[in-house]
Amino acid sequence: MPFDPVFTFGTTAAAALIGLGITHALDRASLEFPPPVAVSELVVLGPGSFEHPQPGEFLKQNHTVAAPVVQETIDAPLEIMKYQVSVSDYGLCVADGACKPADSRKIGNVPVTGVSHIDAEAYATWLSARTGEAWRLPTDVEWAYAAGERFKGDIDGGESDPNNPARRWLTQYRQEAALGRKPDPEPRAQGAFGTNSKGLSDIAGNVWEWTSTCYSHATIGSDGKRTASSIDNCGVHAVEGFHRTYMSNFIRDGKSGGCAVGTPPDNLGFRLVRDRTGFFQTTIRSLGLTLTAAESRVHE
Amino acid sequence: MLTRREALLGSVLTAAAAAAVVAMPVVASAAEVASLPREKVTLVAPPFVHAHDQVAKGGPKVVEFTMTIEEKPMIIDADGTQLNAMTYNGSIPGPLMVVHQDDYIELTLINPETNTLAHNIDFHAATGALGGGGLTLVNPGEQVTLRFKATRTGTFVYHCAPGGAMIPWHVVSGMSGAVMILPRDGLKDDKGKPVRYDRIFYIGENDFYVPRDEQGKFKKYETAGDNYDDTVKVMRGLIPTHVVFNGKAGSLTGDNAMRAKVGETILIVHSQANRDTRPHLIGGHGDFVWEQGKFANPPAKDLETWFIRGGSAGSALYTFRQPGIYAYVNHNLIEAVELGATAHFVVDGTWDDDLMMQVEAPKPIAS
Ligand SMILES: [Cu+2]
Repeated sequence: MPFDPVFTFGTTAAAALIGLGITHALDRASLEFPPPVAVSELVVLGPGSFEHPQPGEFLKQNHTVAAPVVQETIDAPLEIMKYQVSVSDYGLCVADGACKPADSRKIGNVPVTGVSHIDAEAYATWLSARTGEAWRLPTDVEWAYAAGERFKGDIDGGESDPNNPARRWLTQYRQEAALGRKPDPEPRAQGAFGTNSKGLSDIAGNVWEWTSTCYSHATIGSDGKRTASSIDNCGVHAVEGFHRTYMSNFIRDGKSGGCAVGTPPDNLGFRLVRDRTGFFQTTIRSLGLTLTAAESRVHE
Repeated sequence: MLTRREALLGSVLTAAAAAAVVAMPVVASAAEVASLPREKVTLVAPPFVHAHDQVAKGGPKVVEFTMTIEEKPMIIDADGTQLNAMTYNGSIPGPLMVVHQDDYIELTLINPETNTLAHNIDFHAATGALGGGGLTLVNPGEQVTLRFKATRTGTFVYHCAPGGAMIPWHVVSGMSGAVMILPRDGLKDDKGKPVRYDRIFYIGENDFYVPRDEQGKFKKYETAGDNYDDTVKVMRGLIPTHVVFNGKAGSLTGDNAMRAKVGETILIVHSQANRDTRPHLIGGHGDFVWEQGKFANPPAKDLETWFIRGGSAGSALYTFRQPGIYAYVNHNLIEAVELGATAHFVVDGTWDDDLMMQVEAPKPIAS
């Protein structure tokens, strides 16, 4: 898997900008100064391509097969949060009345857990409005790219035996048992699970992360590669961590959310990516500022 | 000794021969199953049951059923309390499917695009793949077809089981029903003598867990997903807010009461996919009761109340002997009266003074 130079985004400058209350930039006549949004550190990943097992479930000639591995390309720099969104970050959204309180007992510098896909989207919408930037959940491909060597796909039983569907279930079950992962429900302080080769913290710790990728059932063509047809279920999204799994959007507790047999996620949280869109620049410019300050802080 | 083919075609099976077949199950090849006659059955909403033979005509067949899953709000009591229901074929409970032993049930399960959740079906009557649940998970916009062999006779629950916490939530949102697999030569009493029913009613009992607001009023939610968190909290308390027959308190009373005549024999199939219950026919009895619902066991006789274990379906045969209104209840009377588990039978006919009469009407106490 080719690795690309990792950039860490020094965020002090950005924090200063955001502290100016960009959320109300459209209402410049009455510039309010709400409490500054704690800005998470960003990691900027250069473009690249990598082999990636596709998310979802795949059928070929009416039986389940292993997910096809496809060459995926990230063609623009990917700006992604170094840490998962914390309890205190999320708390600001709750205080603004834009997010539902999370079901997490922890406080402070700990990843927020007990949040659903709906909550994560609400946070991204709020943060975007609040900062004038375009924040969103990563796609499965983006998350995998950023996870680098820590990415694990689905716990996959491989190709099913058309004459014995149980063989695949047994393989999958044994694989999971062999992973020997014990439940680890207590979220730790940010950074407790270390940094991966791309500079992201806490990838594949005990908080699984929501993505914007819908669960899909796909049928593979006779060539074994092409997807002949697929049906997306966007009521369920891919969740990434120690393994990739799929959860209904409204689930906040991974332990209860899916996998009749199998290792359930210990916790559900998220991190966001920032799109470099025109909106950000325009808003900044409208405030008479330039991006140079923020951009100049990019270092290796 | 029966050859495999004779057993499969089953045209001359006696009770004894059927027993032999059970002891030594036959395995039919896909080609043999493909050559069996097929019958398409249109399901009807409970408490009614699709037309069927009590004694099988001819040999085993493949019986085709189709159910469409409907997620929709349903009113579950007279106060207008709304459940974000999930249903098999639009009704709570889902329809009763009737076949004979050694037939094949072939179900096409449709999850229309208008739904929001993935569903499947776990047949307690089926063998393997989590009752079929492992082979039937369908997203909105998908359909799936499952075939299983009706190896054992009796009444059996089916329910949705899409994994983890989704399982109880889907079940208490309405996704359960029942299958009845009759012996090929029909039902028999405790002595092995054939018995028949003139009418059959399928009563599905459901426990619902509807969250309340700060004022104690039942909450209403836009979608099923919206109620999930709150509902799970109520579910964990294990105390239902509603215990009802046929999806709604009072749905089998008044104009919708079940009807019969004196002298008629009814079979009541009663399922509860989640929670124990104890049906009782007030003023009547269970002449023959398959409490566990499995016809290979002789029925119990003359029961006053019978016990249906959560996750099972039982059946009771009764011949009405007096006209009148009979209440059919879950004889936890709090659940029957306060939570909704009451149905009525309206029975026409001639009164039998020998069985009962009021010798003297109420009057002042004689001094
Ligand atoms: Cu379901």
